[in-house]
Amino acid sequence: MKKLLTAAVLSAALATPALSEPTKAGFIYIGPVGDFGWTAGHDRARKIMQEHFGDAVETTIVENVDYGADAERVMTQMALSGTDVIFAASFGYGPDVNVIAGRFPDVAFQHATGYIQDHPNVSLYDARFYEGRAVLGHIAGKMTETNTIGYIASYPIPAVISGINSAYLHAKAVNPDVQFRIIWTYSWFDPALEADAAETLIEQGADVIMQHTDSTAAIRVAEDAGVMAFGQASDMTQFGPTAHLSAIVDNWAPYYIDRVQAVMDGTWEAQNSWLGFADGIIEMAPWNDRIPAELQAEADALVAAIAGGEYHPFTGPINFQDGTPWLADGEVAPDVDLATMDFYVEGITADLPN
Amino acid sequence: MILGSINPAVLMAALMVAATPLLLAAIGELVVEKSGVLNLGVEGMMIMGAVTGFMIAVNTGSPLVGFVGAALGGMVLALLFAFLTQALMTNHVASGLALTLFGLGLSALLGQKYVGITPPRTPKLDLGPLSDIPFLGRALFSHDIVVYLTIALVAAVWWFLKYSRAGMILRAVGENHDAAHALGYHVKRVRVLAILFGGACAGLGGAYLSLIRVTQWTEGMTVGAGWIALALVVFASWRPWRAMAGAYLFGGIVVLQLNLQAAGVRIPVEYLSMSPYLITILVLVLISSGKARGSLNAPGSLNRPFHASS
Repeated sequence: MKKLLTAAVLSAALATPALSEPTKAGFIYIGPVGDFGWTAGHDRARKIMQEHFGDAVETTIVENVDYGADAERVMTQMALSGTDVIFAASFGYGPDVNVIAGRFPDVAFQHATGYIQDHPNVSLYDARFYEGRAVLGHIAGKMTETNTIGYIASYPIPAVISGINSAYLHAKAVNPDVQFRIIWTYSWFDPALEADAAETLIEQGADVIMQHTDSTAAIRVAEDAGVMAFGQASDMTQFGPTAHLSAIVDNWAPYYIDRVQAVMDGTWEAQNSWLGFADGIIEMAPWNDRIPAELQAEADALVAAIAGGEYHPFTGPINFQDGTPWLADGEVAPDVDLATMDFYVEGITADLPN
Repeated sequence: MILGSINPAVLMAALMVAATPLLLAAIGELVVEKSGVLNLGVEGMMIMGAVTGFMIAVNTGSPLVGFVGAALGGMVLALLFAFLTQALMTNHVASGLALTLFGLGLSALLGQKYVGITPPRTPKLDLGPLSDIPFLGRALFSHDIVVYLTIALVAAVWWFLKYSRAGMILRAVGENHDAAHALGYHVKRVRVLAILFGGACAGLGGAYLSLIRVTQWTEGMTVGAGWIALALVVFASWRPWRAMAGAYLFGGIVVLQLNLQAAGVRIPVEYLSMSPYLITILVLVLISSGKARGSLNAPGSLNRPFHASS
């Protein structure tokens, strides 16, 4: 038996071709990989990427890295230990990424959902989450019985604000009486606070809960209260099999494989990618059976129309919250407006915090 | 104004639930500090309680056993702190901080297989006709048993510290350990017991989060509750009933700001969400300034290591 094992090990060792140094990819995350949301989505993609390349790539992760000094320390450490490409998977790492990128011009930096690009070795990548939010809004508008939708938001940044606007516009389109109640938690991950927020929204009449925060707490609360909810960044069905209608699932894997391949080939250069349904970067979690077949078909059609480029979720006429016009009839929102969005559209009654 | 959508009874009920984990941790730490020990590891002990309570409740199917396990989980970590500070005479502050980091890491490791699992439900206490009283029924008499036991614990600690002989010994040890030692009291034994009590309470507070308030285990789920509990003790000037008032105030701010936001009231949310933490910082600044100590009623020997030879 022992001999057999030794032989197996030997043959395995011989079978491995003599490779040059593996490409090293480092990932820093704002939350734990076990959040079942945002960070889990990135780590899922990292694993797929790792599997795709096998031994040719070596990945390292650091979880729960705070913005600022902590992030700078971790990225410096990674750069010094020979990492070729660093993925910083949260909006707030922007300034830190650019500081460290300046110090290590030979390392490729990939910053998720950011907007600062001070150095030629900083790439930005983001997903058009508002495309997914349009689908959620459409479903929510049709499914709500109280005409009240509760929205748990994290920070008032463009990605979150455009998500709220997109969801609202599409809920309103199918249900003119719909109302949004919005709670800002000022945190990406605080299960107890998110649970409280969900309870508050339900208490104030919401029967569909949407969230742009990373924990699964709100889904559980919705399940217990017998209302509906949408997951965030990952399929969260297991936390509320009845409540969970669907979720926007982040699928960064194709992009990660693409970029790491570019690093290996030596063709990597800084880009600013904003990818959506068409690129397979976001997709919808399986529809819950309680969504009527007709509505499921509508949602599928909406996804297809957005992916095919026939429909843009922000197509005029759309007014600013105060009623002044933003987009004329048939006009499509330019990307720059969406990437810097700091206003609510007409119809949302709450005030946007600055 | 759409304040009408806020139901004050529900607000009160949510406030009591939000305050309970803070209060549990704070009342434990209060006793610890009364004995002259400053344990900054509350956050670590809470999260240990959250994970051990959750694991045990899931495996036994009983939330009650889970809570017992949570108390033990907190105590195990507290025992480590007691060993470090009482036997090895290490610095309280450094040991406490280390305990928090250790607890956060260890709990993440232990809980890996428990992410995404639903724990057994803790039933609401059936208070019969009391729950049917308008307003008060919903606000005060519609909770799980832990909420009431926590209030009872505050009363018990108050009585213990004020009237019982053992409580007076504990206070003597905390006020002046040299004098207490000269009188023949076992300073270290008293302190170890107090530390263990603090660990058990923090563990219960953590389990309240994982088993009742959030009903799931997620890594790092306490998100600073332990630090607020620490600040509450100072905020309360080491008085049990004030700790309860403080916990309800802190819980109240959180719940109120959520309700105001959902109702669409124009409020500076940033400042309201910040306020518990701002108060925490303010209070921690106060505790560290020497002059204010007397007026704050701090135990005389707080944070001073004791050795019989000194």
